[in-house]
Amino acid sequence: MAGITGKDATLTAYADALAAAPKGRSLTQDALRRLSRNKAALVSIFVLAALVLFALAGPYFLPWTYDKIDWSAIRKPPDWVKGHYFGTDQNGRDMLARTLQGTQMSLLVATVATVVSVVIGIIYGAIAGYFGGKIDAVMMRFVDIMYALPYILFVIILVVIFGRSPVLLFVGIGCLEWLTMARIVRGQTLSIKQREFVEAARAGGAGPFAIIFRHVVPNLTGPVVIYATLTVPEIILTESFLSYLGLGVQEPQTSLGTLISFGAPVAEALPWMLFTPAAFLVVMLVCLSYIGDGLRDALDPKDR
Amino acid sequence: MLGYALRRVLTAIPIVLLTITVCFFILRLAPGGPFDGERALPPDQLRNIRAYYHLDEPLVMQFFRYVAGVAQGNFGPSMVMKDFTVARLIGIGLPFTLMLGFTAFIVGTVAGLVAGAIAAVNQNRWPDYLLVFVVLIPIIIPNFLMANVVQLVFGVYLHWLPVGGYTPGAWLNLVLPVLILAMPHGARVARLTRGSMIEVLGTNYIRTARSKGLGARLILARHAIKPALIPVVSYLGPGLSYLLTGSLVVEQVFALPGIGKYFITAALNRDYGVVLGTTILYVFIILALNLIVDVVYAWLDPKVRFR
Repeated sequence: MAGITGKDATLTAYADALAAAPKGRSLTQDALRRLSRNKAALVSIFVLAALVLFALAGPYFLPWTYDKIDWSAIRKPPDWVKGHYFGTDQNGRDMLARTLQGTQMSLLVATVATVVSVVIGIIYGAIAGYFGGKIDAVMMRFVDIMYALPYILFVIILVVIFGRSPVLLFVGIGCLEWLTMARIVRGQTLSIKQREFVEAARAGGAGPFAIIFRHVVPNLTGPVVIYATLTVPEIILTESFLSYLGLGVQEPQTSLGTLISFGAPVAEALPWMLFTPAAFLVVMLVCLSYIGDGLRDALDPKDR
Repeated sequence: MLGYALRRVLTAIPIVLLTITVCFFILRLAPGGPFDGERALPPDQLRNIRAYYHLDEPLVMQFFRYVAGVAQGNFGPSMVMKDFTVARLIGIGLPFTLMLGFTAFIVGTVAGLVAGAIAAVNQNRWPDYLLVFVVLIPIIIPNFLMANVVQLVFGVYLHWLPVGGYTPGAWLNLVLPVLILAMPHGARVARLTRGSMIEVLGTNYIRTARSKGLGARLILARHAIKPALIPVVSYLGPGLSYLLTGSLVVEQVFALPGIGKYFITAALNRDYGVVLGTTILYVFIILALNLIVDVVYAWLDPKVRFR
């Protein structure tokens, strides 16, 4: 309601002017703007978001669940009348429902393993980089050694331990994935710790861990985001690889790799059993790869 | 340089020891054992078998017994495949895996180098665009999916090549496995070569060479190739361990008699000796190859000094 003096109108006009005034762009805004100019990355983000949404919500709208057996439709090609939009497998289970469940599983384990690896990588790398000297030398030498070891053999040995629980297994895989993250974070920390604001924090009496987590780590957002987006597809690949070898997710739960490994031997007669999960996997990996590339370009401090 | 190599060999010993220790204890602390069958063995028999393989001793004792054995080149018996020693199983599978791996390594590296160099020389023309696109395919699409698709296309539909299996001398059976194994490796090499070659071709000394009238071919061969190879060579070490990973899948998909198959079944059956033996061997091979890569690296890059 407009008052007698019209101060509300004046104030509103002033607020509008403030809002419309040119503002400095933050790092994030800058990056987002550049990301939105990258067509491939933008399309990938939408496709991936649609896929994730479909994988999470889709099962509630399908007439069949992933473990329900339709005795009247065993090994049948896509059938729109019965609601088997992508056919059924040898046990009469709906392929679309199974693929969606598999996609959920792949996304879940990828998120878990990525979070674990990023957290370990940041802490390890930041500590090595911040303290430097002998601590750094020993810690990074350990990373070098781990690098030389055949990663997949350790993953398979981990499967032996955690075989029954997919989520625990991928916590374990996350514990092996952090090496590159640690290297990147260490390198960044080495340069960040020379900066004035770190010196100011030290002068203000902040302890080393406060400096690391309050002043150094927040400045690592760029590389961490990029690395996380690149880790997700890698974990999805590892998971499907393990499941393909029969080491991953167990029945009746399923994952994209498991589905592909069951579909492959019968692909000549029942092609939908191979190509449905394969299409989901490939679309997901392509999107993630473009998003990763797009983010790398958008957050690259070189071409600002 | 000999001193450097020697020191590297010496530092490899603790790495191998560390690997043995970690793997040994992880495996032993995992639930299950090599003698859990569908039907439980009678307790007396189980006790005798465990005593025979020294599984009834304290874990630390077993560990030292194992390390002492390995130091003498004795990897112990397989606990699941009766009458086989670990060394014999490895002897059966390893030559094939090495042959497959090295063929794929050479094919992929050479193809990647050539393709990457061609793309770099033709930067922003069609060969370059083609390569940048083609190279994405094997990097994004997982190798087991690729393997199944080529099996289906070339084996089942077109009948050009055998679908799988291998008997000595049947080199046609190796075409698809080598292709699948070499493709992602070659793609990464091509990407790296293209990138570093473009960078090198933009440097001042190449411009100097060009301005004094050298031909394009001579510039490439004499001045550009060596420095352009540096990032590629540093990738070859990790590349080998990707190949190793790939060979597990490829051996499985194409039913090939390599060591990967033994490793996977052994891990599932808790065949301790086979898992440990294979892991040690792989670590050993990778360390040796990394050493070779580092020596080549120093030859390529005069700035690298052996310390």
